[in-house]
Amino acid sequence: MNPSVSSLGKDLVGLEDLSGDQIISILDTAEPFKEISERRIKKVPVLRGKTIVNLFFEASTRTRVSFEFAEKRLSADTVNIAASGSSVVKGETLVDTARNLEAMRIDMVVMRHGSSGAARFLAERIPSSVINAGDGQHEHPTQALLDLLTIRDHMGRIEGLRVCIVGDVLHSRVARSNIYGLLKLGAEVAVCGPPTLMPPAIQELGVTAFTRIEEAIEWAGVLNVLRLQLERMHGGFVPSLREYNRIWGVSSQRLAAAPRDVLVLHPGPMNRGVEIDSDVADGPHSVILNQVTNGVAIRMAVLYLLAGGRQESAEAAKQGGEA
Amino acid sequence: MSEKLLLKGGRVLDPSQDLDGVRDILLADGMVAALGEQIDAPEDTRIIDCAGLLVTPGLIDVHVHLREPGGEHKETIASGARAAAAGGFTAVCAMPNTDPAMDDPASVGFVAAEGRRAQAARVYPVGCISVGRSGERLAPVGEMVDAGAVAITDDGSPVTNSLLMRLALEYAQSFGIPVADHPEDLSLSPSGQMNEGLVATRLGLKGKPNAMEDIHILRDIMLAELTGGHLHLQHVSTRFGVESIRQAKSRGVHVTAEASPHHLVLTEDAVDGYRTEAKMNPPLRAQTDVDAVRAGLADGALDIIATDHAPHHYDEKEAAFEDAPNGIVGLETAVGIVLTRVVNEGVIDLATMVERMSCQPARAFGLPGGTLAEGSVGDVSVLDLDAQWTVDAAAFLSKSRNTPFAGWVLQGAPVRTIVGGKTVWEAAREDVREDAT
Ligand SMILES: [Zn+2]
Repeated sequence: MNPSVSSLGKDLVGLEDLSGDQIISILDTAEPFKEISERRIKKVPVLRGKTIVNLFFEASTRTRVSFEFAEKRLSADTVNIAASGSSVVKGETLVDTARNLEAMRIDMVVMRHGSSGAARFLAERIPSSVINAGDGQHEHPTQALLDLLTIRDHMGRIEGLRVCIVGDVLHSRVARSNIYGLLKLGAEVAVCGPPTLMPPAIQELGVTAFTRIEEAIEWAGVLNVLRLQLERMHGGFVPSLREYNRIWGVSSQRLAAAPRDVLVLHPGPMNRGVEIDSDVADGPHSVILNQVTNGVAIRMAVLYLLAGGRQESAEAAKQGGEA
Repeated sequence: MSEKLLLKGGRVLDPSQDLDGVRDILLADGMVAALGEQIDAPEDTRIIDCAGLLVTPGLIDVHVHLREPGGEHKETIASGARAAAAGGFTAVCAMPNTDPAMDDPASVGFVAAEGRRAQAARVYPVGCISVGRSGERLAPVGEMVDAGAVAITDDGSPVTNSLLMRLALEYAQSFGIPVADHPEDLSLSPSGQMNEGLVATRLGLKGKPNAMEDIHILRDIMLAELTGGHLHLQHVSTRFGVESIRQAKSRGVHVTAEASPHHLVLTEDAVDGYRTEAKMNPPLRAQTDVDAVRAGLADGALDIIATDHAPHHYDEKEAAFEDAPNGIVGLETAVGIVLTRVVNEGVIDLATMVERMSCQPARAFGLPGGTLAEGSVGDVSVLDLDAQWTVDAAAFLSKSRNTPFAGWVLQGAPVRTIVGGKTVWEAAREDVREDAT
């Protein structure tokens, strides 16, 4: 495999940079990889000999573990660097980090960073492939891809669906990546939440904005419910978590009033009783655990494609050949 | 007795005398000794052939950051003064947001002395409004003026406290100096990174709405109206700001205002891709704002073009966007940018450019120059309007390279800068011919 011929380009920085066809090819590539995780021996030698660094400047157990499983199931050699607890300090060393990684001849870097644009910054400075595992409030492309895969699994399609992203869109990289991905695949997209948590000019991206959750639920076939960070209350964006739950929380009563069955996603980790009630999270509308399962398959697909693998060979790769 | 200079046969453009024609200028003893159609060279005179070149009163930049003391890795007073001369400027006003801040006569005197030692563009210190730039109590304005300060400002930060701004506007009237303010209501977006709008939303960067600037401009205008003091608004970037200043002037409020070259030619789109070399404060705005700043420059709502020259070391700008500092260097691109993208695009004519870059700055800040009338200071800029050149940041005399204009092809360049009757910089070019008699 040769990353210079990757169908995605060198890096995955964001879905804004990808075409609809490229996104579909990632989803399709993930399909055969889903099955590997169901096997007794969950490993294929697709990325044998490749070295991958998981570089997390912000703590994120879920995303890091999901990437790590994906890498190990493809037989890559992986190293985890949790920069938040080490001598690497934000702002001090992004350039030096890039130079060090380059000097170590790493094949791929999976990076989570608190600054918007950090993934692109790194990608422009090293020859290795960079996968954005979340940069500031910019993008979190693999999360959106796994959301898309989960929606497609349950609804059979993306095109023509009405998907509403609910909550703190202003601070959410998940929201931005979802908006780009959904629009490129032909969905109608809306956002809903307190106007204090809506990004300026968001409608110019081609989405509808609701300020009442009831309107959103009446409109949507799919709700993607974002986590409300506690610090938003301290920042004065919402008066209290209780009020947030009362006015914007996704509850089973509200879903019961919907004119159709609504699929509910949540990127996690959840604040039960704040943005989502437990009976919804654990109830029949929820596909939250399917998202977690799909996360590993999507990340395997991204790693595989960036390493130069081709979508049409993924089935064969799954059977045990190296791509 | 120092050597005399005779600038021969240039197109002399001096709006202060309504003059635009081929003239000779004799400089002697640091002054303009004679201005006329045909001047014969006295003894000991160096003749400089200026045929085909534009000769203007020395350009003055009332807003530069020279970083010394405290930021000498970015710029020093000497390197900044040389960069200014290479940009065609005969004088600059140095902002006091140094480390420590220029808030007392000793530090103001240090900058003035270092400026003289540089023997390049003149360096006029601007003192702080408040002690330590902390926005709390008035700095010793009178003593700073005695030490050479030509204005006061807390630039880099706004004056948040309205009472302090009122007191400054009142107190400064004793000394006839402007109170310059960086208009920004920080409470509206304390960690904003760029203009608020679609680009910021797409990039996931915190925005700064126009209202941050507009609110502060209006407050300052009201305080200037209340006190009768001279308010100078720095780097105006918003359409409402320009209109507010225009209206204030029509009411007779004593307000002057700046436009920066970058706010005249760039929009927020320049930031896309997280380009830290386009990160500045106030941020690059929308096209409607750029249009308004250009219109304001043309009709006089904005009096002055000032670069807000803000050098930063290369590794400070090579960072994630939110970790990179604000500001760009401007001294060595201003003339080319303004000629190419403002004058040649018909926004203002050449005479207005000289007004905005020489006459008005001198008038507003009470500085020598801004005119080539006989008996005035011998500060002259010589420009070649036909020179085509490409911006090469590596060739800057400034210690810093942080420009969004690298690689731009510009028409019109400074070729000689004369301060006090002495050439302090000349372009390494064939087309400036020099013969001694
Ligand atoms: Zn400023």
